[in-house]
Amino acid sequence: MQYNLLNSIANKLRGIGHRMIERTWRLGVGARLFGLAIVYSGESFKRFNLTLREIYFTGVMSLLIIVVSAFFVGMVLALQGYNTLQKYGSSEAIGVLVALALVRELGPVVTALLFAGRAGTAITAEIGLMKATEQLSAMEMMAVNPIARVVAPRFWAGVISMPILATIFSMVGILGGYLVAVPIIGVDDGAFWSQMQANVDVRLDIVNGLIKSLVFGVACTMIALFEGFDAPPTAEGVSRATTRTVVISSLTVLALDFVLTSFMMVV
Amino acid sequence: MTTNIVEIDNLSFGYKGRLLHQGINMLFPRGKVVAIMGGSGSGKTTLLRLIGGQIKPSKGQVRVAGEVVHQQDREGIYKLRRKMGMLFQHGALFTDLSVFDNVAFPMRELTDLPESMIRDLVLMKLNAVGLRGAHQFMPAELSGGMARRVALARAIALDPEIIMYDEPFAGLDPISMGVVCDLIRSLNDALGATSIIVSHDVKETFLIADYVYFVADGVVAAEGTPADLMQSTLPFVHQFVHGEKDGPVPFHYPAANYQSELLTEQAQ
Repeated sequence: MQYNLLNSIANKLRGIGHRMIERTWRLGVGARLFGLAIVYSGESFKRFNLTLREIYFTGVMSLLIIVVSAFFVGMVLALQGYNTLQKYGSSEAIGVLVALALVRELGPVVTALLFAGRAGTAITAEIGLMKATEQLSAMEMMAVNPIARVVAPRFWAGVISMPILATIFSMVGILGGYLVAVPIIGVDDGAFWSQMQANVDVRLDIVNGLIKSLVFGVACTMIALFEGFDAPPTAEGVSRATTRTVVISSLTVLALDFVLTSFMMVV
Repeated sequence: MTTNIVEIDNLSFGYKGRLLHQGINMLFPRGKVVAIMGGSGSGKTTLLRLIGGQIKPSKGQVRVAGEVVHQQDREGIYKLRRKMGMLFQHGALFTDLSVFDNVAFPMRELTDLPESMIRDLVLMKLNAVGLRGAHQFMPAELSGGMARRVALARAIALDPEIIMYDEPFAGLDPISMGVVCDLIRSLNDALGATSIIVSHDVKETFLIADYVYFVADGVVAAEGTPADLMQSTLPFVHQFVHGEKDGPVPFHYPAANYQSELLTEQAQ
């Protein structure tokens, strides 16, 4: 009885140790892939059409979901914000509230989450299937480096697209907030814009928001690329890798957001 | 210039504690069609990957054009791979590129040829495999046999010295099989290349191969010309060539006693 209990505890500890080693190993492989993507980036800039093509697939094709989501997020923010602000007699500050919430937090974070769901999964599935159907091996056998040809252009496309998408998200969100606050609720048009202009700081709010989206762009794209590259070459393997991309990207974005916000508050 | 473009010398390879090859020796003379045959899981495709430098041997060496493959750095391996073309089992065509762009891919990636010349070369390669008229199709629009031929056109795009074929006949209808069979031989002779075919299709392989190696249990179990092997009295070769159900390669995978296993299951 006692032996069985000890054996079961040992097995559990062994399992935890095995998982820890595996996670650390994956982290190392991911970091190596990131390093190689940077080293072979020259190719994606030399043949910028490859990167442009990927910007179209990851960035332009994500525009619709970004614009529609931003519009609704902005409208809800205005509704909720007005509900609270009017209790304190400062409903004119609705423009500031919507703009700050979007530029500082919701713009970069929601864009990154949507990007992970829309473009990240597409990247993982595409690379996973390329691996499963031996397209990456074929490339290797043709003396074409898949890191330079496949990974680097997609990496830079994600890094370039994310801040642009986050900016568009914030702009459309503010427009959505304006449409609810001014024509529907009846907040003064001039007050909405002037308060926003006076209280949104370029460096503290806009630049910091852009830095966040850049970091999220690196994280989300690298996670998607790594999961695709690391996926077992089977239908189940690709499907699991795609799921992992969304889960890991989302958690990473939320954790990074906290870390970055803390640093930005201190600095 | 050595007579053999590829030499496998006392090669051993294994992974996850399992030894797949033990002391394999093979020679691939220039201009010949050499086949590697053996049952499923005997490590035939792994041999192609070892020749291509995608994996490293545990012992021994593979020499391509006199260079030891696993001792090369990335640049060295890429230099050697430029002498090779490989046809993958399922074609491995790039699904986001058209037939034309698939064949043009190695030319665009590895040469500085002008686009007008690439166009002419691609059409010539596609004409050689009989698919010039299908150059605008996407891979998803092709049948299995057509995809294999497009992949063959891509494999010979840069006129390689060595062409490797991984199960070129698998899953093809008789007509496509005949077409691919003829193409392998005629392209080999026209290009003056060396072809290495990995297959378990005896009839087609024996029709075009100059020399055949049989791999079983990690070693070269037999070798010779197709005519020699047809007459072979070695039990493994006889079973394989004549497609006999039972022999040295048993029908049943090793298992516990059938009766006792069934009874144990019932008891459980």
